Amino acid sequence: MTFSASEIRQEFPALARVIHGKPLAYLDSGASAQRHISVIEAVNDYERNYHANVHRGVHTLSEEATALYEGARARIVKFLGAKSSREIIFTRGTTEAINLVAQSYARPLLKINDEILITHLEHHANIVPWQMVCEQTGAKLVVVPMDSQGEIHLEAAIALMGSRTRMFACAHVSNALGTVLPIQKLVEAAKARGITTLIDGAQAIAHFPVNVQALGCDFYVFSGHKMFAPTGTGVLYGREALLESMPPWQGGGDMILTVSFTKTTYNGLPNKFEAGTPNISGVIGLGAAVDFLNGLDRAAAHAHETALLDHATDRLRKIPGLEFIGTATNKASLVSFLVKGVHPHDLGTVLNDEGIAIRAGHHCAMPVMEYFKVPATARASFAFYNTLEEIDRLGGAIEHAVKIFS
Amino acid sequence: MDLQDLYRDVILDHNRKPRNFGPLDPADVSLEGFNPLCGDRLTLRLKFVGDLISDIRFEGQGCAISTASTSLMTEAVKGKTRDQALALFKRVHELLTIDTANADELGKLAALSGVRGYPARVKCASLCWHTLESALRPPAA
Ligand SMILES: Cc1ncc(COP(=O)(O)O)c(C=O)c1O
Repeated sequence: MTFSASEIRQEFPALARVIHGKPLAYLDSGASAQRHISVIEAVNDYERNYHANVHRGVHTLSEEATALYEGARARIVKFLGAKSSREIIFTRGTTEAINLVAQSYARPLLKINDEILITHLEHHANIVPWQMVCEQTGAKLVVVPMDSQGEIHLEAAIALMGSRTRMFACAHVSNALGTVLPIQKLVEAAKARGITTLIDGAQAIAHFPVNVQALGCDFYVFSGHKMFAPTGTGVLYGREALLESMPPWQGGGDMILTVSFTKTTYNGLPNKFEAGTPNISGVIGLGAAVDFLNGLDRAAAHAHETALLDHATDRLRKIPGLEFIGTATNKASLVSFLVKGVHPHDLGTVLNDEGIAIRAGHHCAMPVMEYFKVPATARASFAFYNTLEEIDRLGGAIEHAVKIFS
Repeated sequence: MDLQDLYRDVILDHNRKPRNFGPLDPADVSLEGFNPLCGDRLTLRLKFVGDLISDIRFEGQGCAISTASTSLMTEAVKGKTRDQALALFKRVHELLTIDTANADELGKLAALSGVRGYPARVKCASLCWHTLESALRPPAA
């Protein structure tokens, strides 16, 4: 297999857009990645030809829709290296998956003064659900500190894994800083102490292959829209024994076996956690995204992303007054930065005028912003469909912005 | 939309050199505004003589639009009565949100009309005005 960014770009229709008279340079894949053509077509094909409710009909369309939906689940099982389809729950996204674990796994388990351990660099989606369950149970949220490069150290985490720690939840990759956490070692340390682990893979899944059995985590979660698939899709991987032990989260259709007014019996995994009609078309799109990624030389794609990161770091470093926020040794392909005299929001507007899409803001990681004592940063996040030329344009446009505001 | 319509010279100038920037001590009213979208914070402090805004100053961190809007606002409302300032709030609010709003007699504040073409930035320009409005509303009994 060979990899060419300029060729793969052709398969993402939105990348052909022209914004303010300039070719779109989409540097915001960390917020949401663009859709691959196969995803768009799979969704389209389903909507046109196969739509019916799943798991409910004996008619042809329902059988076909069910086969496509469950086919997507089978792809995810393989993609993540899970043991069976009973371990893969479809959710609305990362956020819903974490809330499910917080409410269905942690809440019944937690006692007063038990502890949930997270890290300082988490996305709000991996903070707030735990705070809510702490309020409900009297458990405490404990936070592994971060260093000034935006790194989380194994020793710092181990120091906080105590006899009351029930749960360790952390990001695989930080969305605000790009830091890749040493999750293999973190998971091993937690496991050795009998602590349940959840890894937020939202920012990892599009960048490198993940194998949940090799990793050994209890839960792994991610969103479809960050891996070229539709919004409103996500995955909760859970070890079967844990999922089996958990009560359902939401009640409704599909998650039951029998219902009477005196007693309801629940369906088995994974349906137990998929109450109601799911996002059928979105999940089918997610399945197509998995096929697309499987057909890609992922090592080559990742090498290209690393080249993008290196080039961006070199190019932006040349801009006087530009400061990187997040300088971990092991980083995913994104740069978070500040430019002296130019607020990130203004920078975002000026870059947009040049056809360049970046994110400006707190990236749903206010504790990270607070740590670095900044209200916001500008973030350019890359995918393998980005090019070195786009990064050169980014560099030039930042310099242009500096001129406007000086 | 033309970028130069958003970042007019008046806006850039007030961003570089914000007027009435700094502490005001003692102040009669002090109020904080927060824009969760961009993390911008500003503190507005006012002094009154009777019904008149005799002094107004601000501190905080914000984008160019937010800083310039606040700076222009402090210039515009200093020496005005509460009602005059509230009337100005209404005019500027319209200027930022209604396509057909006119900028007659708004002076330098007319420069804010360029923000209208950038819906994501309207909040940046209006934050200080909403903060002012809260500061001028009579305290709840
Ligand atoms: C690290 C991380 N966790 C969680 C989320 C939340 O994902 P979603 O909004 O798709 O549920 C994001 C999305 O920005 C993220 O980057």
